[in-house]
Amino acid sequence: MRATVLVRPKPGILDPQGAAVESSLRQLGFSVGDARVGRVVDLEVAERDPVAARTEVERMCQQLLTNPLIETYEIELQA
Amino acid sequence: MTDARPRIAVITFPGSNDDRDALLALDELGATGVPVWHGDERLPEVAAVVLPGGFSYGDYLRCGAIARFSPAMKAVASFAADGGLVLGICNGFQILCEAGLLPGTLRPNASLAFICRDVVVRVERTDTPFTAGCTHRQRLTIPIKHGEGCWFGDANLVPELEANRQIVLRYEDNPNGAVGDVAAVCNEHGNILGLMPHPEHAVDPHIGSTDGALILGGLIEAARDKSVAPAAAAAR
Repeated sequence: MRATVLVRPKPGILDPQGAAVESSLRQLGFSVGDARVGRVVDLEVAERDPVAARTEVERMCQQLLTNPLIETYEIELQA
Repeated sequence: MTDARPRIAVITFPGSNDDRDALLALDELGATGVPVWHGDERLPEVAAVVLPGGFSYGDYLRCGAIARFSPAMKAVASFAADGGLVLGICNGFQILCEAGLLPGTLRPNASLAFICRDVVVRVERTDTPFTAGCTHRQRLTIPIKHGEGCWFGDANLVPELEANRQIVLRYEDNPNGAVGDVAAVCNEHGNILGLMPHPEHAVDPHIGSTDGALILGGLIEAARDKSVAPAAAAAR
């Protein structure tokens, strides 16, 4: 089963990468605001049951893939 | 009876690059630095542990996030749980935060620039083993060199740390955007300290400030008191 984890900096937390990207986009002439830069982790999970797979990926997020103090995550699963 | 040259472990992770500087500084200041590989599941007989600076595991994912699962870190966690002295410098600080042994976390510098220069930090408390050789509010000049040294604690954590007096060093002129100007924090018991400045790079008058020797000297002094193994004491 294919899993995609989207990791985002928590709202309100200073995101210097997002700020740098936003300022570059503005310099290119784009009218943008509130850019935030996160991270995508794609995984192939051996578990086939979607409920069990989600539980397993959540554990991965809590143990390693994210730091709950500063990041939020979303999990997408594809059979 | 105390051990004249206490043994202090310095753990090398893949990507550590200040491990040898830390060993050298400890030796210069009167300890015996003991190199330990991150894959070792047990610590040798030591009175304290230093986690050095560098870029463990290439700083992949988040700084320190992967190193915290090294076999040696399990041993460090139980060493610390028994009251053992642990000092994390820069990447070592990041690892301790990721491991949950110290509060907060380190984020990219607000400027996004890698900063490498001397900074001035203020000593906020002197009743930790690491700062026992300093005076209250003493200003120390110690270099930083990091891209992700912006300490972060949320609105609940910071007042808690203030109340517990866990903020040990603050920047006088905040270089990286750290919340509360935090340069160093300790755990509640005060036996684990993490700091972004590099005391091991400030011990030799030939290359600048020697204020780092106050921090490492404090560690060595405390290690000296702790390092009398029962067998050695009995032999004397």
